[in-house]
Amino acid sequence: MGNFKKLIIEPLRKANPITILVLGICSCLAVTAKLKPAIVMGISVMVVTAFSNLIISLLRKGIPSRIRIIVQLVVVAALVILVDQFLKAFVYDVSKQLSVFVGLIITNCIVMGRLEAYAMSHKPWESFLDGIGNGLGYSLILIIVAFFRELLGSGTLLGYQVIPQSFYELGYRNNGLMILPPMALIIVGVIIWIQRTRHPELQENNKK
Amino acid sequence: MKDKQNSKFRQSLRDFFIASDAESNGKVKDRVSGLRNYVNKIKPNFNEGGKFAKLQSTFEAFESFLFVPDKTTQKGCQIRDAVDMKRTMIFVVIALMPALLFGIWNVGYQHFIALAEQASFWRMFGFGLAKTLPTIVVSYVVGLSIEFTFAQIRHHEVNEGYLVTGLLIPMILPPDIPLWMVAVATAFSVIIAKEAFGGTGMNIVNPALTARAFLFFAYPSCMSGDKVWIAGQPDAVSGATPLGMLMNGNTDLPSAWTMFWGGIPGSMGETSKIAILLGGLLLVICGIASLRIILSIFAGGIGMGLIFNAIGATPYMQLPFYYHLLMGGFMFGAIFMATDPVTAPQTNKGKVIYGLLIGIFAVLIRVINPAYAEGMMLAILLMNVFSPLIDHCVIARNINMRKKRAQNVKI
Repeated sequence: MGNFKKLIIEPLRKANPITILVLGICSCLAVTAKLKPAIVMGISVMVVTAFSNLIISLLRKGIPSRIRIIVQLVVVAALVILVDQFLKAFVYDVSKQLSVFVGLIITNCIVMGRLEAYAMSHKPWESFLDGIGNGLGYSLILIIVAFFRELLGSGTLLGYQVIPQSFYELGYRNNGLMILPPMALIIVGVIIWIQRTRHPELQENNKK
Repeated sequence: MKDKQNSKFRQSLRDFFIASDAESNGKVKDRVSGLRNYVNKIKPNFNEGGKFAKLQSTFEAFESFLFVPDKTTQKGCQIRDAVDMKRTMIFVVIALMPALLFGIWNVGYQHFIALAEQASFWRMFGFGLAKTLPTIVVSYVVGLSIEFTFAQIRHHEVNEGYLVTGLLIPMILPPDIPLWMVAVATAFSVIIAKEAFGGTGMNIVNPALTARAFLFFAYPSCMSGDKVWIAGQPDAVSGATPLGMLMNGNTDLPSAWTMFWGGIPGSMGETSKIAILLGGLLLVICGIASLRIILSIFAGGIGMGLIFNAIGATPYMQLPFYYHLLMGGFMFGAIFMATDPVTAPQTNKGKVIYGLLIGIFAVLIRVINPAYAEGMMLAILLMNVFSPLIDHCVIARNINMRKKRAQNVKI
């Protein structure tokens, strides 16, 4: 049980794929202008990492180490196509918004990173949990970033108007910079800053 | 000979300021001794172990604001100049005064022109003051409270850098900017552009320009167009700045002389080139702003203007090259923004490259990309980011040259 907790909870905190390992930043910029695509993207990545971890972990003893990257890519690509088709069938509008970024999950560093670092050397169940955990950690940051970007940039959440009309009449304006990709990086930067200030043990020791 | 005279003049000027400072310390001592005594009395409370030890840096900030700081270098010879940061910053604030005072008047002047009313000088000035002062106050209050908070948390001293930034921010904004936007932009720039990098002296980009860039991208409707540059503007009047007019393909500009003395709509501090040059003169004489940077920016801008004149494909390109120096924030940016010693390169060659590229980019962005009317802001921010790289290349090249020279020497 302790293992279970560690695998799921740690990636949300001190082993977060985005804020600590700084992987998967590119999609974090691209899909977080609105909350809904961010949530769908988070779930998609979680499914892909979890199942690719599981499959690779099952196969790990049979994969020749020279061609392991190719095998991993085949598995990941197959899963990504499945997810893409699934999204197209059930949430077509979001799938259109995410456009190429679903396909680009293949290149998401988190997926390959977890396969190499974890699934190749651990048992299937643990690998599966590790995939879920890292997917959750990724989704968490995506949702936080998208929450602020949509709230401040468009005044809406999940497409519903949150900031009342009376605010606008008083002179409030939506912040156009929030919609632009640089702001996603700045928000991620601020999250990293806050996290490292609260957990000083995460700071690299740069005293020479 | 001229050089000698110049340095002599500079020296005497410095002596004057320093001497007057020391003198006043001696003379006025009796009068303010009550305050000094009081400060000395409460000082132990703020030292380590005292009642208010947590507020030590706040206390120190006020003390060094009121008196000459008692902490000076005790040994070694680190002194390069008698001018310390406090005095540097005060000089910049003094240098900004002509542009600020003119700007205050001009806000009123433009307002009454737009209303087609006659008004006395003081009425214009008063109207301008009523529009400008709140912005300045908001910028100082928000910025300084963030600075003080960070200084307390990090246990370092509050330094005077913000006195300049806090004045620069209002001067590069349109007069009708809503105050809450000023507050948000100030907070953003102080936290993200300055404190995140470690505070005064550590920032990569100019904080005042970051505030402007933030507003420019976040609230474009309040930062550009022809409705924001004149305070209290009636709807029927167009208040486009020269740059804004060019953006819309209108080349019917005010005369070069009007743009030079400054009776045009624009950001609060940028309109009068005379006032800006006056301030620039003071900064150059006192050795605070680098003349090298300023001149190379002008050279870059003129060069690019001449190239566009030679091409001459659009009315914008045919504009006389010196207009670029007189429009928008080119002059203000060149003298007060680009010369910021923290964000500019340190090497002499680096300064020239940096200045030239700022001038070139500013004009290039203006002419080629009409979506960004003010190229100066983007040009300076871009080159701020590159200035450590420029320095690195200049130094590396110098090392290589000297190495080669040393190898060629035959013993």
